[in-house]
Amino acid sequence: MNETAILCLIPALPLLGFLATGLFGKPLGRAVSGWIATLATAGSFALALALFIGHPDGFAAILDQRLFDWLPVAGLNLSFGLQLDPLALIMTLVVTGVGALIHLYSIGYMHDDEGAPRFFSYMNLFIFSMLLLVLADNYLVMFVGWEGVGLCSYLLIGFWFTRDDYNGAAVKAFVMNRIGDLGFLLGLFAMFATFGSLSFGTVFAKAAGMASGTPALTLITLLLFVGAMGKSAQIPLYTWLPDAMAGPTPVSALIHAATMVTAGIYMVIRSHVLYDLAPASLSFIAVIGLATAVWAGLIALTQRDIKKVLAYSTVSQLGYMFLALGVGAYSTGYFHVFTHAFFKALLFLGAGSVIHALSGEQDIRKMGGLRKKLPITYFTFLAGTLALSGIPPFAGFFSKDSILAAAFERSPILWAVGVFAAFLTAFYMGRLLVLVFHGPSRVDAKVHPHESPWTMTLPLILLAIGSLGAGFLGLPAVFGLPNLIAGFLAPSAGLYEGHLAAGTEWLLMGISVIVALSGFGFAIWKYGVKAELPGEDSTVKGLARWSLEKFRVDEFYDAVIVRPLFSLSSWLFGTANDRGVDGLVRGGAGLFGRLGSLVRRLQTGNTVFYLFAMTLGVIVIAAIAALG
Amino acid sequence: MISFAFYLLTGLLFVAALLVILSRSPMASVLWMVVAFFAITGHYVLLNAQFLVAVNLIVYAGAIMVLFVYTIMLLDLSKGVKHKRTLFVRLAGIVSGGLLLTVLIAAMRRSSETAVGDLAQVGQTSLVGLVKPLGIALFKDFLVPFELSSALFLAALVGAVALGKKGGSD
Amino acid sequence: MGPITLDHYIYLSTALFAVGVAGVLIRRNILVMLMGIELMLNAVNLLLAATSAFRQDSDGQVFVFFIMLVAAAEIAVGLAILMMVYRNSRSIDIKHYNRLKG
Repeated sequence: MNETAILCLIPALPLLGFLATGLFGKPLGRAVSGWIATLATAGSFALALALFIGHPDGFAAILDQRLFDWLPVAGLNLSFGLQLDPLALIMTLVVTGVGALIHLYSIGYMHDDEGAPRFFSYMNLFIFSMLLLVLADNYLVMFVGWEGVGLCSYLLIGFWFTRDDYNGAAVKAFVMNRIGDLGFLLGLFAMFATFGSLSFGTVFAKAAGMASGTPALTLITLLLFVGAMGKSAQIPLYTWLPDAMAGPTPVSALIHAATMVTAGIYMVIRSHVLYDLAPASLSFIAVIGLATAVWAGLIALTQRDIKKVLAYSTVSQLGYMFLALGVGAYSTGYFHVFTHAFFKALLFLGAGSVIHALSGEQDIRKMGGLRKKLPITYFTFLAGTLALSGIPPFAGFFSKDSILAAAFERSPILWAVGVFAAFLTAFYMGRLLVLVFHGPSRVDAKVHPHESPWTMTLPLILLAIGSLGAGFLGLPAVFGLPNLIAGFLAPSAGLYEGHLAAGTEWLLMGISVIVALSGFGFAIWKYGVKAELPGEDSTVKGLARWSLEKFRVDEFYDAVIVRPLFSLSSWLFGTANDRGVDGLVRGGAGLFGRLGSLVRRLQTGNTVFYLFAMTLGVIVIAAIAALG
Repeated sequence: MISFAFYLLTGLLFVAALLVILSRSPMASVLWMVVAFFAITGHYVLLNAQFLVAVNLIVYAGAIMVLFVYTIMLLDLSKGVKHKRTLFVRLAGIVSGGLLLTVLIAAMRRSSETAVGDLAQVGQTSLVGLVKPLGIALFKDFLVPFELSSALFLAALVGAVALGKKGGSD
Repeated sequence: MGPITLDHYIYLSTALFAVGVAGVLIRRNILVMLMGIELMLNAVNLLLAATSAFRQDSDGQVFVFFIMLVAAAEIAVGLAILMMVYRNSRSIDIKHYNRLKG
């Protein structure tokens, strides 16, 4: 089978899976639907792997397949096509690989749920949309996938739709995404106005000839980044992600850790030709990313819900990735996406395992001492924690350190703040680990924790292996070993050459390790040795209180944006609609009614009056004839 | 000679018409109406419209006015009906009539081609009023309306009978 | 006094018509009102006949014939209606026929 056919099959399999489980889910049943979905995703992974194996040294040329002409309107000729290059391939592997594992995990997780077939159809639809996004050959197809993942996010967050607050969270996610999408769309318009095309090849070729700092390019890149802000939960459009934890845990793992939220980063890397020529946008991205990393990290320090901690952690790590992009280290940023996918998915699935074991408990104050009861979950979670905290030799260390090194090259201030954020990361993850798994058990007496079934623990183990090993694919130059990922991605993402002296780099690495270990250690001491517990909400004071209340950002949005919109809406519905529109209609009708009763007075019943009227009429007509 | 006849008949016609509308009793109005019809018939004679002479007398003076007389007979007019209206209404009526007259004449004056001949000459030589050509026209060019008018009469007959029955309409 | 032309007939007819209109508007007795209507019809008949004679076009007199037909039918039905209404309201004063008010 030739390669372009394989390329087209990759998104096709999940699409078929979506249709099968969506249309026939009920008769097929929960287990079968789950396996169909899992196999579809695994099939795509296998195909992508086949393509990868076929090109071990990377791609000489981009594999492009135009599928059909989509909008052949005058002046606008948009086609629908797929392309495969190193960046897309690696992204596909991550999406389908991690996706397949999460599908497998979900079979066990959702086996009690009535709506499981629907769940799997949505999940497959999501994989399809994500693949479309990644494999697109022009911005419009990417936008289709972009919207598709947003839709699936909404469907999956609000999966248990009988709860109003879950629905609210789903709507919030969708609306915030939408706001970002508006920016994206405006960016597309600007792009089309500037280049006359939305196809990657054409746009990048034309852009290469433009000067750096051209206002048009800055505008386009900024607008596209607004879309990324919404999709990848950066300041100010991040508040939907913690609320999105209302969805089932596999959803959080797949969409809000490993794949959808990384779409923004993928988009920026894909457009790196444009961003390289708009340094103002890049600086903006770096600042926003760093600010988000710190902001989210501060909030994560005091959260009590296990999933919320991980959610804020995701927001924070996404900030790191954008920081990398902002200083021009695209492949480095992507490396962090790659490693983060492994350990964040692992952490979420582990949290899911804990929640499943405790029959739904998510408050870490009611956990503790689960190390003995859930050994596999514990060890894999430990691996994920160490990876996220940036402790060598786990994956997170290499990727995070590369980012910090790139930041240092740009400005030591960026680096210092980044290191602070790394400290926070290590601290809150240590806190989480200790409070959930160590110490005396604070679990409710009625609950009997038990280890999860193999469908859930197998993915955990595989992801843990990934968290350990993935780091070695992107070794920094000082180790003397090749940086496999950077080399592979070079044709797509440009090659970032660090210019630090070897000594500086070792020094920075050392500082990172010390900071991570100290953060982790401080957490162990505070929550393990001193056995402090997060208190009741009312007892928390000062800065901690600010952090606990998420710096009241949601309340701010609510007061400034949501409430005025709602009152505007109800005013429009009530007053403007009732008095204005309806009033106009009723007034119109009333007018005719009144006219009618006015004219009715002519019907006096008095025959002679009628005769007079007729005579008058004839006189008028004759007069007109006479004068006419 | 012809002019004299014309003006005589015209004067008679007007007097009769005015008296029709001004008489107190309906019976008198009917009688003056008959006089007016005779005057009109006289005009038809002047115009050599022989067929119309006959039909006018038979239908109008003969049938329609007789109907009026029967009706007056059948109605009991002893209940004092004030036949005149308030002064205002009468004035309004007369003014309306006068206004109508003025306007119509003004309108008609605008049409040219009215000086097409002279009554003396027309009355002698007009051929269109004769029975034979009129009959031919009726039965050739105007056959359909002619036949339809018989249907009209049937309807009127049925309607009148139905309405006239004692005990309400059917 | 000059020859009698069609103009004379026009004036005659119009005046007669105006008399008929005035009669209808002035009087309250229905019978007299009907007679006023007859006057109007006859005025028109006269004008038609005159025009037809002066222009030697027989259509005008045929039309007069038809008008007479219709006038006869109309009077027959009208008087029948009058009889009915009289039975109901015992009056031939048009002031009492105002039930269509509204």
